[in-house]
Parts: sequence; structure tokens; C-alpha cells
Amino acid sequence: MIGFLLRRLVNYVVLCLVATFLAFSLASLTFDPITKLRELNPPPPPSAIAAVEQSLHLDQPIPQRFFTWFSGVVTEGNFGETIVGAPITEELGRRMGISLRLFLLGTLVGVLLGVLLGVVSAIRQYKFSDYFATLYSFIILSTPVFLLGTLLKYGALQLNNATGVTVLKFTGEYTPGFEGSWWAMLLDRLHHLVLPTLTIALGQIAFYSRYQRSAMLDVLGSDFLRTAQAKGLSRSKALFKHGLRTALIPMATLFAFGFGLLITGGVFTERLFTWYGMGDWLLTGINEQDTNIVATVTLFTAVLVLVSGWLSDVLYAALDPRVRV
Amino acid sequence: MTVNLNEGDSSGTTGAAGGGPVDAAVEPSKATGRGALIVRRFLRNKLAISGLIAILLLYAVAFISPLFSPYDYKFQDYGAFLQPPSPSHWFGTTQIGEDVFTQTMHGLQKSLTIGLLVALISTFVAAVVGSAAGYFGKWSDRTLMWIVDLLLVLPSFLIIAIISPSLRGENWLWFVLLLAAFNWMITARIVRGMTLTLKEREFVKAARFMGEKPWKIISKHILPNMASLLIIDGTINVGSAVLAETGLSFFGLGVQPPDVSLGTLIRDGTRASLTFPWLFVFSGGLLVLAVLAVNFVGDGLRDALDPSSKKGRAKEKKKRRAERDEAQEQPAAAEAGARKREDDDR
Repeated sequence: MIGFLLRRLVNYVVLCLVATFLAFSLASLTFDPITKLRELNPPPPPSAIAAVEQSLHLDQPIPQRFFTWFSGVVTEGNFGETIVGAPITEELGRRMGISLRLFLLGTLVGVLLGVLLGVVSAIRQYKFSDYFATLYSFIILSTPVFLLGTLLKYGALQLNNATGVTVLKFTGEYTPGFEGSWWAMLLDRLHHLVLPTLTIALGQIAFYSRYQRSAMLDVLGSDFLRTAQAKGLSRSKALFKHGLRTALIPMATLFAFGFGLLITGGVFTERLFTWYGMGDWLLTGINEQDTNIVATVTLFTAVLVLVSGWLSDVLYAALDPRVRV
Repeated sequence: MTVNLNEGDSSGTTGAAGGGPVDAAVEPSKATGRGALIVRRFLRNKLAISGLIAILLLYAVAFISPLFSPYDYKFQDYGAFLQPPSPSHWFGTTQIGEDVFTQTMHGLQKSLTIGLLVALISTFVAAVVGSAAGYFGKWSDRTLMWIVDLLLVLPSFLIIAIISPSLRGENWLWFVLLLAAFNWMITARIVRGMTLTLKEREFVKAARFMGEKPWKIISKHILPNMASLLIIDGTINVGSAVLAETGLSFFGLGVQPPDVSLGTLIRDGTRASLTFPWLFVFSGGLLVLAVLAVNFVGDGLRDALDPSSKKGRAKEKKKRRAERDEAQEQPAAAEAGARKREDDDR
């Protein structure tokens, strides 16, 4: 089993490298960071343009540029500079914390509630709760994240107006200029987390519950579950120990997919709620034609997907004894 | 059950009209074709039917209603800024006096067209690439699987977002191609899997031994055998393509002004959404409605086309039981219940 996990890990690392290289090359090919300089009036002398080009390494071939950037990342943990010269590494730390907070909480809530909802609607098939869960998933899966977020914001505003106090906050990840004890700061951040997490989690719940429901339904009709009950286990124990465990196996593979979805959704969510996280950074990088930012964000998402993919392999191995042999 | 007594094509359409012994009238027994069976299974699914009607209506309204609107989508009414919905401006007006109704219809047109085109192209590509990988195996197979894995690590949203600014000012069809280029991988993977099994079937082997060329085998023997999968995936791809398009347009990375799509309309609307909800409620609502309808149709098609799908049947069993219970009090309903039962047994 160790061999299986190691092999998968190597495969993911190679994929990660290639993905980052592709994003770097694509960005270098399409971006033209010195457009603004060239369009200045009066036009700057060619020597000045050449000097900027050289400082941004634009005169080198793309693979060499990538190698320079990537060896900096590997050897010193230095992600280079933005085109205006700000160090990326510093900002990366801050933004990564913001995004990870949102992603992890959203996934946790989404997976737990999604699996729960799926199991409940499978066990109580064609009851009210099942129809409700199905309708919910259909509607949420048909609603783009940006619309969902906007609606939540709208709802929060109405709620705040109706109650007269700020029940829910929907701008930023903390209150600027807020001073207080460590506890108060933490509470303030949690307060800001509610709506963005909800935006992400709602979609994840819908996604996982659909699959969990059909996986659970397949298991419910199986012989081993009847056997388990026949040998004297109570229904809930049989469902939990034999049913749920088997039904979770396909979910482990889905996890990597779900996480990919979440990253795209995260970009939208961050923008909507003005969180200055990684997703927001990607859009900034594209607007400013900054290759280094784009490559850094790509590496970040690739590593995240790698970790989630590897995690789903580990889960798979933990749930399915056949893989462990 | 070997002989069908009263099951022509009538039962699906006449429905409960029988209600008496009419159904038992002797009709020459006729084997139901697969097509008729699928249509019947689909028609039985109320959600799928309403989805189909909704999506057709949306297409019709999007393309026909602007003809009756007195305004053009770029027209600015300088006498009406930010007016709420009224008889002269059905969906209200924007900050610069544009008619929201005409704009929404135009956006709907664009989004639906893009969704349909992207789904068609990407499903076609998926069919070609997936079957080639499965049929030829070896390096083509490995390359395909590797690309699919790569796209899992590198979200397609990211690639499209990087490329699309350089398409600014170009024809929107480029955007369609870009979306399609990153939408085929998952379907291709499923197609590959099915090709692997079909490849070993006798009729494919026979064709191969008769000296049929590989591409002819793929197009004449393999792809027709997974038509149902392609139809289902094509339908679902329309929904995901519409979502991808509106998402990118929302960030200014998709459809460019002066052209509008539902995504750009929602973006423009949400800036002031908190005080002027009519700016985005209609475009948002239509977007959700369209994708929801497409998903219902896709789900219904899956149940109708997949012979092993238990979903429709399980439901039926339950319904049948309920009907049987009812039948004890209402003899008329017994007929329907019995008919359903026969339906299932076949």
C-alpha cells in the first residue's frame, strides 16, 4: 500500500510541475507587461524599454525564464517579484492564509453535510426529505456561484436592515481598524467567514449529496447488508458500519474532483466578498499581465489539488481493504 | 412475460383516458421498438418534460420576443433612468436608460447559443478523441489519460482566464472554441472506457476481420452504440457550458461589450443590486431556469436511455404499490396499476 501511495505521489508531483510550466508559458506568451510603458506619450527611448525588458527577463526564452523562476522557488522559497517589483513571497503567505481558511472550512462543512444529506435521502427514499434534498441539489447545481453569493449578500443586507444590527458581514475578511483582544479578533474574523463559507459549502453539499445518495442506494439493495442484519446487527449499526463505509468508497475518488470545483468557486467567492485571497490575486495578475503572480497561483492550486488527490487516495486505501494488499 | 396484450403505442399517450375495459380490446400484438420505449420512458418523467418545454420556450422567447420589443438592446431612453418595471419598460431600465427586457433577451440569446455550440463541439471532440484513444490504445491512450489528469490539476477556468484577454475585440466564436477546447475531457474519458468494452464485441471484431478501416469501424460500429451516452453528456454539457460562459463573462473575461450575455448583465446588475434588484433578478432568474431545465432534461434522458437505470423503475414500483392500495377502494385505478405492472415486466 505504501508503494501504491508513493507511486501516486510521484505521478502528482510530475503533473504539478507540468501544470505550472504550462501556465507559466501560456502566461508569458499571451501577456505583454510593457504595453503601458510603450504607450506612454512621449514614447520612452528604446534603450529604456530594453532595460525594463531585461530586468523582467523578457529577452530570454520562456523555458529559461521558467527555470530561473522555478529554481528560485525550490532552492530559496523565493517566488520572484511582481512587475512593479514587490516581493511575491511575502504577499503569498498572507493571501494563502486567507484562501486556505475559506477553502478548508468550506470543504469540511460541505463534505460532512453533503454526505449526511445524501445518506438521509437514500435511507428515506421518496419521502419528503428526499424530494427536498433532490430539489435543493438541482437548484444549487444550476445556480452559478457568483449569483448564489450575490443573493446571499442581498439576503444578508435585508436581514441587517430588518433587525437593525449587523447580523451578517459581507465585505472583507476582517473589520479594518478593529482593535481588541485576541479573542475579539478571532470572533471578528469568524463573523466575516460565515457568508463566504456558506457560499462555498452550499454548492459542495449539493455536489456530494447527489453522489452519496446514489452510492448509498446501490449499497442499500446489496446482499451483505441483509446478511449483516440477519446475523443480528441492528439496522442503524448495519447501515453505519457496513453500508456507509462501502458507500463512501466512490466518494473518495470524487473528492479530488470536488476540490477542483471548489477552487474555481473560491475565485468567484473571494471577489464577491472582497477577500484578498489567491483567487482575487489570479484575476489581479491577469489584469496586470503579471506572469509571476499567475504562475505562483497556479502552483498553489496545483499543490492543493495534489494534496486533495493524494488525500483521496489515502482515504480510498483506508476505506477499501482490497487496495491495501 | 412473452405476449403483450394491450400494449401498443397507445398507453403512453392516451394515459388514464381508458379507465375501463377498453384497454383490453384485442389489438394485434406488436413489439414495442426501442425508440418508442425510450420516448415513453422519457414522457413518463414529468420533470424532464417540463424541463424540455421550458428550454424550448426559452429559446423561442429569446429569439422571437426582441422582434416585438420597440427598443434595440443598445438603445438608451434618456427619459427613463433606473426606472423600475413598468408597462413601457417591462423589466425596467438601467442607469443609462437601456431597456432591461431587450437586454436580457439578447443576453439569453447569446448565452443559450454559446451553450449549445460549446456542447455540440465539445461532445463531438470527446467522441472522436475518446474512441480513438480506446480503440487504438497504446500511446494515444496514454496521452489522453495524461491530459485528463493534467486538467484536473490545472483548472480549465485558469487557462481560459489567462488566454481570453488576448481575444478581446475578436469574434465571440473564438470564445466558443476556447470554451469547447477545455470542456471535452471528462466525456472523452467515459467514451474511452466504453470503447474498450465495445472493442472486444463480436460485431466489431467481425468488421475488423472483414478489413474495415479503423475510422470506419469507429464511426459505424462503435460510436452509434454509445449514442445514448453522447446524447446525455451533450445535454448536460449545455448546462455546464452556459455556467462557464456566464462565469467568465461575469469577470469580464468572456463576452465583451457592447455585446451582452447573461453573465455581463448579472455583473452590471449586481453593482447596484442591493438597491435596484430588477437589474439582475431577471437575468439571474432566467439563467438558473435555463440551466435547471437543461439538467432536468439530461436527467430524464439518462433514465430513459439507460436500460439498466433503476431510477425510473424503482419509483414505479413504489407508485405501483400505492396504486395497488388505492385500487382496493377505486376499481378504476386498478386498470392503470395493472397496465403499469405489465409495462414493468417487459
